[in-house]
Amino acid sequence: MSEIKEIISRILPSATFTEGDTLMVTVDEKDWHGFAKALKETKGLEFDVLSAVVGMDWKDSLGVVYYLTSTSRNWDVISVKVAVADRENPMIHSVCDLWKVANFQEREVYDFYGIKFINHPDMRRFFLRNDWKGHPLRKDYDADPKLNPIPTEDEKNEDDTVSYVEDENGNVKAVPGKVFEEDEYVVNIGPQHPSTHGVMRFRASVDGETVKKVDVVSGYIHRGIEKLSEGLTYPQILHFTDRMDYMSAHQNRHCLCMCIEKAMGLEVPRRAQVIRVMMDELMRISSHLLSFGCTAMDLGATTAFFYGFREREMILDIFEKTCGARMSMNYNVIGGVIADLHPDFVKDVKELINIMPSRLKEYHKVFSGNLIAKNRLKKVGHLSKEDAINYAITGPSGRGSNWSCDCRKKHPYAVYSEVEFDEVLGDGCDSYSRYMVRMKEIEQSCRILEQLVDRIPEGDIRAQVPKVIKLPVGSWYQQVEASRGTFGVYIESTGEKNPYRVHFQSPCFNLVGVMDLTCSGYMIADLITIGAALDFVIPDIDR
Amino acid sequence: MEVKIKSIKHEDFKDNEYIDKLVEELNATGANVMVGKFDQLINWGIANSLWPLCFGTSCCAIEFMSLGAARYDMARFGFEVARNSPRQADYIMVQGTIVHRMAPVLRRLYEQLAEPKYVIACGGCAVSGGPFKNSYCVVPGVDKILPVDVYIPGCPPRPEAFFYGLMQLQRKIKVQKFFGGVNRKEKIAEFFEKHPEEEGRIG
Amino acid sequence: MFNFGIWTSEFNKFLMGFLPEWATVLVECVIIAVLVLLTYTVLALFYILYERKLCAWFQCRLGPMRVGKWGLLQVFADMFKILIKELISLKDTDRFLFKLAPYLVITSSVVMLACLPWGNGLQIINYNIGIFFILAVSSVGVLGILLAGWASNNKYTLIGAMRSGAQMISYEISLGLAIITIIVFAGTMNINELVWAQDKAWFIFRGHIPAIIAFLIYIVAATAETNRGPFDLPEAEHELTAGYHTEYSGIHFGFFYLAEYLNLFIVSGIASLMFLGGWMPLHIPGWDGFNNVMNYIPSVVWFLGKSFFVSYVIIWFKWTFPRVRIDQMLSFEWKYLMPLSLANLVLMAVFVALGWHF
Repeated sequence: MSEIKEIISRILPSATFTEGDTLMVTVDEKDWHGFAKALKETKGLEFDVLSAVVGMDWKDSLGVVYYLTSTSRNWDVISVKVAVADRENPMIHSVCDLWKVANFQEREVYDFYGIKFINHPDMRRFFLRNDWKGHPLRKDYDADPKLNPIPTEDEKNEDDTVSYVEDENGNVKAVPGKVFEEDEYVVNIGPQHPSTHGVMRFRASVDGETVKKVDVVSGYIHRGIEKLSEGLTYPQILHFTDRMDYMSAHQNRHCLCMCIEKAMGLEVPRRAQVIRVMMDELMRISSHLLSFGCTAMDLGATTAFFYGFREREMILDIFEKTCGARMSMNYNVIGGVIADLHPDFVKDVKELINIMPSRLKEYHKVFSGNLIAKNRLKKVGHLSKEDAINYAITGPSGRGSNWSCDCRKKHPYAVYSEVEFDEVLGDGCDSYSRYMVRMKEIEQSCRILEQLVDRIPEGDIRAQVPKVIKLPVGSWYQQVEASRGTFGVYIESTGEKNPYRVHFQSPCFNLVGVMDLTCSGYMIADLITIGAALDFVIPDIDR
Repeated sequence: MEVKIKSIKHEDFKDNEYIDKLVEELNATGANVMVGKFDQLINWGIANSLWPLCFGTSCCAIEFMSLGAARYDMARFGFEVARNSPRQADYIMVQGTIVHRMAPVLRRLYEQLAEPKYVIACGGCAVSGGPFKNSYCVVPGVDKILPVDVYIPGCPPRPEAFFYGLMQLQRKIKVQKFFGGVNRKEKIAEFFEKHPEEEGRIG
Repeated sequence: MFNFGIWTSEFNKFLMGFLPEWATVLVECVIIAVLVLLTYTVLALFYILYERKLCAWFQCRLGPMRVGKWGLLQVFADMFKILIKELISLKDTDRFLFKLAPYLVITSSVVMLACLPWGNGLQIINYNIGIFFILAVSSVGVLGILLAGWASNNKYTLIGAMRSGAQMISYEISLGLAIITIIVFAGTMNINELVWAQDKAWFIFRGHIPAIIAFLIYIVAATAETNRGPFDLPEAEHELTAGYHTEYSGIHFGFFYLAEYLNLFIVSGIASLMFLGGWMPLHIPGWDGFNNVMNYIPSVVWFLGKSFFVSYVIIWFKWTFPRVRIDQMLSFEWKYLMPLSLANLVLMAVFVALGWHF
């Protein structure tokens, strides 16, 4: 870390450092773009992954906290804080020319805080309607429902966009633009569409059946979780994580709990750690089974879907016995888990591990071994390793592009450092590769479960925590490997019993960002395949 | 004229004041013998052939998929013909939170359904806004924008709860009047004039 | 074998006894029309249930169970409901064509149904170009689908209709060639003669190699013709919501729905007629006792049994295979299937010329 500090102070002497959970560098807005470029390209730094972009309102100023990861430097993470004092017309330079993933992230920040990003090609709102008044995550937001009543009319001006371009003299002017040209044939896929896995909307301009451009319109299930969290206590915000990516409920909640525990300096009992890891892996299997089923169904092989669900029911039974619910388990709590394991747990898990290998073979036989399925999946939705890193595509989709990005290996947490498992990589960079990574990850998850199932230690399931949980002043960032990629939680606290700012960095948000890149040049039917193989969960994107 | 649901005795199922009141009302006005029989036949048809519109916004949709899968198998009731086009569906099952951006879309989907059409609100979010009730852009319950027939609470509801809710809808359909009843279209138009009503919300 | 022709000619004589000839023809036509429509409905309803039950079994489920015993009344409930559903008419569309389309589709399949030989003597018209007529009529259905897609003024339906047009026109070639292969072998296009030609043994056995190849080509092409999986692109549910009939509601949608299932029966019926002997029982040359026993099973049962079997196979791969993509589907037809069927036709001609068949 001190080495990084040295290089940074050499590049930008005016930068100030704050030691905390991670090294935080504070830079001036006018230096930001040049500094970002240096961070990415300077030898010895090479922060090539933009992990999170967190918009902030510090009351006296607005700003953004960037979390950057360097793959070549052993996955070191630093954060950069950029603030502007102008509340009326805040402007920060965009970094989406350096890290493509910033494109949607900055649109999200604009939506929530009204910070305009200079040189961003497409500065539209991302989650809220075009006619929304105000920026809801600002601390001075007027929440009067009369300002924003429940709308009954469709949105207007869908094709209009604006870009804030800076000329050589440093003057910024707004340049209006169009998302699609007048004469393009735009097919609207979603929000109510069977294959968008929820209420996503893609506007695809097509030439015959070939997709030329995809415009992602999100926010059809944006529930404002981050704003809601600011008004609730720490134990109360836990349940939101189960309802974001409901297929990674355990992992997401694990992440939030770990973040809070890290801030509190709380030691979690070993038994709870092991249980958490086992639940995470069960959740991963269940998620990948659902993904298998949905991929098969989107491609028209309906029967395979039912086979995937058959085994998923077994896992749901295990969850139900221990957690009391099939979905939205609400199992992890701050300091451990809420209830002890059911007596049948070990037996059920062993049964699952026993049958999974033969069932995986069956899946291969019924679906992916089929010539048609292979032809539909292979060479469809090409995403190179460089693009995967640039767009921060983690999880099975990133590993399908041969990018080793497993958070369980890079930043081991809980008991992952003690278990043996392989990080599955696929070098096809296509939908088939992503699909196969998922199938092989089921095997690896079974392997982890096998190692742990007989070694669950005795002891407490939860640490003693104070009745009222207050975090010290500061900010924390925690990542875990959820079913679909790296899930991150950012908490900033002012010492109160409720957080000042919570940001959830969801993996699906980045996944949907590559839809335009991966779908262009393929056919409409491939758009569905690519979506299925990327496997995004919409409530996780919209939050 | 009590409502019959297969395999469940009327006494076991007699938990719905609304339906009982409706039946009483119908009995009081009386029905023409011929028309009554026709009504019964048609209601039997509608009740047993409820085709859902695939409309899942969040977690409830996954439980709905479980409902279709082998263990719960909604095909047993004839509910499995999930249509993707609203023109061919009979009811819209709102599975998940409805937010401001979605509200006009949902309303349009409802308008696109062909009569007779029904609405089921599934899960806490659709019933009342659920855990997100206080949010700045969540519609606190789909009954603010659509006339809801059946509410299924839960977060998400268990598949059994889905079945129970669907059977309640069947019951409701079996006592409706197809001929000579109050015109559903007028009722719906009346509803749409009043909604969405403005309410002070916290948050 | 019992000849149903005795009944019909007796009935004809009975009517002739007290009616002039034109009136007799009129009465018979009306009766036949009613019978055909009735059969059509019953068969379509049966097929809907058949498919729902079969796919449930493939998927470890039970299928409809609660409405009637084993869910037998399920399809009737569906029918009542579809009949009373609202017919939505759309703004900014060609109303006339929009309403015409489902009727075109259903008419074409009713006419095809009327041409099939149901049993010994149970046939409505015995054309000398019967099979050719069926193929011609089947093309009218495509027109209905194209109209439906275009008149709906919806992007999904338009894409669905275009796919359907491309698909049906291409696969019709293979379908036709597979049938021509058998016609070359049989030397006739008359449906009745085709069936009687299989008295000794079915064509698929008599023609061996080329007949079996033709049968396989026919099954693939027929699946594509009926828009069923893996070739269900025109209504590819997960891409185009409901394809060309997205905007249809009520009974108009019901027509498409019924026609889809009936077309499945019709292509199976043609398959059983061309390859599996139509209503002709299983005869093995030389085994007279066996052949006599087989003759006791009524010819209608044979015909329906064979058709249901072929439909079973088609349903089976609909529910198992993923859907192909439009470019893959077209290249499969034009690059592989059509050359193969042409080669097969030549092969059959050679076999016939040299007498290398049974």
